[in-house]
Amino acid sequence: MLTSALAETGPSLDPISDLNQLTAFPFMVNALEAGTIVAVMAGVVGWFMVLRRQTFAGHTLSVMAFPGATGALLIGLSAAVGYFVFSGLAALLIGAAAGVQTQRNRGQESAITGSVQAFGLACGFLFLSLYQGVLANYESLLFGSFLGITRGQVLALALVSAVTLAVLAIIGRPLLFASLDEGVARARGVPTRALSLGFLLLLGLAVAETAQITGALLVFALLVAPPATAQLITPRIGPSLVLSVILGVSITWVGLGLAYFYNYPVGFYITTVAFVVYVGVRLARAAAEHPTLLRRRVAAAEAA
Amino acid sequence: MSAIPAAQRTQPQTGGEAGKPPCAPSAPAVQLDGAQARIGGHVVWSEASISIAQGEFAAILGPNGSGKTTLLRVLLGELALTEGTVSVLGKPPGAQQGQIGYLPQRRHFEAGTRIRGIDLVRLGLDGARWGLPLRRSDGARVEEVLELVGASGYATRPIGRLSGGEQQRLLIAQALVGQPRMLLLDEPLDSLDLPNQSAVAALLERICRREHVSVLLVAHDVNPLLSYLDRVVYFGSGQAVVGTPQQVVTAETLSRLYGVPVEVLQTADGRLVVVGLPEAPAHHTDRHAH
Repeated sequence: MLTSALAETGPSLDPISDLNQLTAFPFMVNALEAGTIVAVMAGVVGWFMVLRRQTFAGHTLSVMAFPGATGALLIGLSAAVGYFVFSGLAALLIGAAAGVQTQRNRGQESAITGSVQAFGLACGFLFLSLYQGVLANYESLLFGSFLGITRGQVLALALVSAVTLAVLAIIGRPLLFASLDEGVARARGVPTRALSLGFLLLLGLAVAETAQITGALLVFALLVAPPATAQLITPRIGPSLVLSVILGVSITWVGLGLAYFYNYPVGFYITTVAFVVYVGVRLARAAAEHPTLLRRRVAAAEAA
Repeated sequence: MSAIPAAQRTQPQTGGEAGKPPCAPSAPAVQLDGAQARIGGHVVWSEASISIAQGEFAAILGPNGSGKTTLLRVLLGELALTEGTVSVLGKPPGAQQGQIGYLPQRRHFEAGTRIRGIDLVRLGLDGARWGLPLRRSDGARVEEVLELVGASGYATRPIGRLSGGEQQRLLIAQALVGQPRMLLLDEPLDSLDLPNQSAVAALLERICRREHVSVLLVAHDVNPLLSYLDRVVYFGSGQAVVGTPQQVVTAETLSRLYGVPVEVLQTADGRLVVVGLPEAPAHHTDRHAH
């Protein structure tokens, strides 16, 4: 199934007619809905992940989609189930191992995370070689796909997102406290260990979900880039979270639209848009904080 | 700043309680009797009897590994004594949720931490509360402590962009915002430059006097603090010596506790200066103990 066959004309650059064209097919409506649900959830979970500097853990959990999908295939389950099981297991493993370490030992955490990642990938290869048949969609597994998302999958994604967001709403403030200042939070009675493990599990859920749209290797696009960009733009917590979600949803829509009109993988488009936005904001931030520019601005303000 | 005469400050038993009815005037802020602490079977200190009254400004001093932070852990209820008794604000340790503001020993916030200082301070009020922040926490109180620590000017900037001294002030504000009766600080002056050390020491004294909060801090170098302290607790050779600075900060006592010759000099305006401690290298380069 090739998208170009569906969209022979390309975008008209008239947003309304393009949007009509985008939503003309049910599979595309499903893709846009699924993408939006995932982007909202990833924008919020990713915001905490970026703040906690657990991007590497997030990446490792996303790579677990590989052993998850191949393992599920091997025993005849749906790939999504495999995603969730393996991401969850990896989250528990990283969380438990890191929890045993003394506080503030981020170096240890990343070593454990790396080991888990290597082992997970090895399992994936084993499952693949045990599975004698041909693995048809390995590309979409790694790089994402928006074709053939069913109503049932959209509903499942919505349910998982709702649960994830609800849990985050409840634990959000203590989690923020523990992320910024673990020692003080613990002294104030915040269960920092439990929160740390709980957050990794949520991250595992989020990543397993995101990977279904963007692919295992491109989770960065929705989980890292929008929150990192939002945090660069504003240090205010509420606006930063809202911005993260808006950026994630916009990037997803633009990426899906491009993939619809031009026949290259959706993961490529979403990731590229996210990357360009992030780099752009990063450069703008660096320019704004550059010492000579700052001095010039102060001088201008004083002259005025 | 250090112009308050020493005689006025060293009346700890009555200081700072008049304006605060909820304080039980009899219960000391910290009381240890015949206390012994062990870590991993090894005795850190024993037979420690320490009493610090409400509203006092006290420092915990001593060489590395002498058990300064261990005392804080005991007071926070993280470590149980193996002998003796301890009470904090008249109760066993760990039973004072919200009445103790604690500042652990820390490194700086990383430059990339893009959260506003004011939000960090607000976490001191509601950070341990579950659920959505539907009820706005007390903004006036946050403004008040920011004003008190002198951080109003930079409270809306990302904490990662602030200097060590500015971050330290915000952390003190965070510890203070919930109106605790006692502040416990682990090396709050560490990693600050000299002007910031004395400014933060002066700030802590102001908090102690004005907010009637007992302040107990661990420090490496007594000098920036010496003119403000009501009481010092020195750890060394497995024991604790407690008293007013005049009683404890003497060449004899310090030399015994540190096991190296230490001099205590008096400046023209009557302030004490400790010279020759192995952990204050800035002071013994030009003035050796002999």
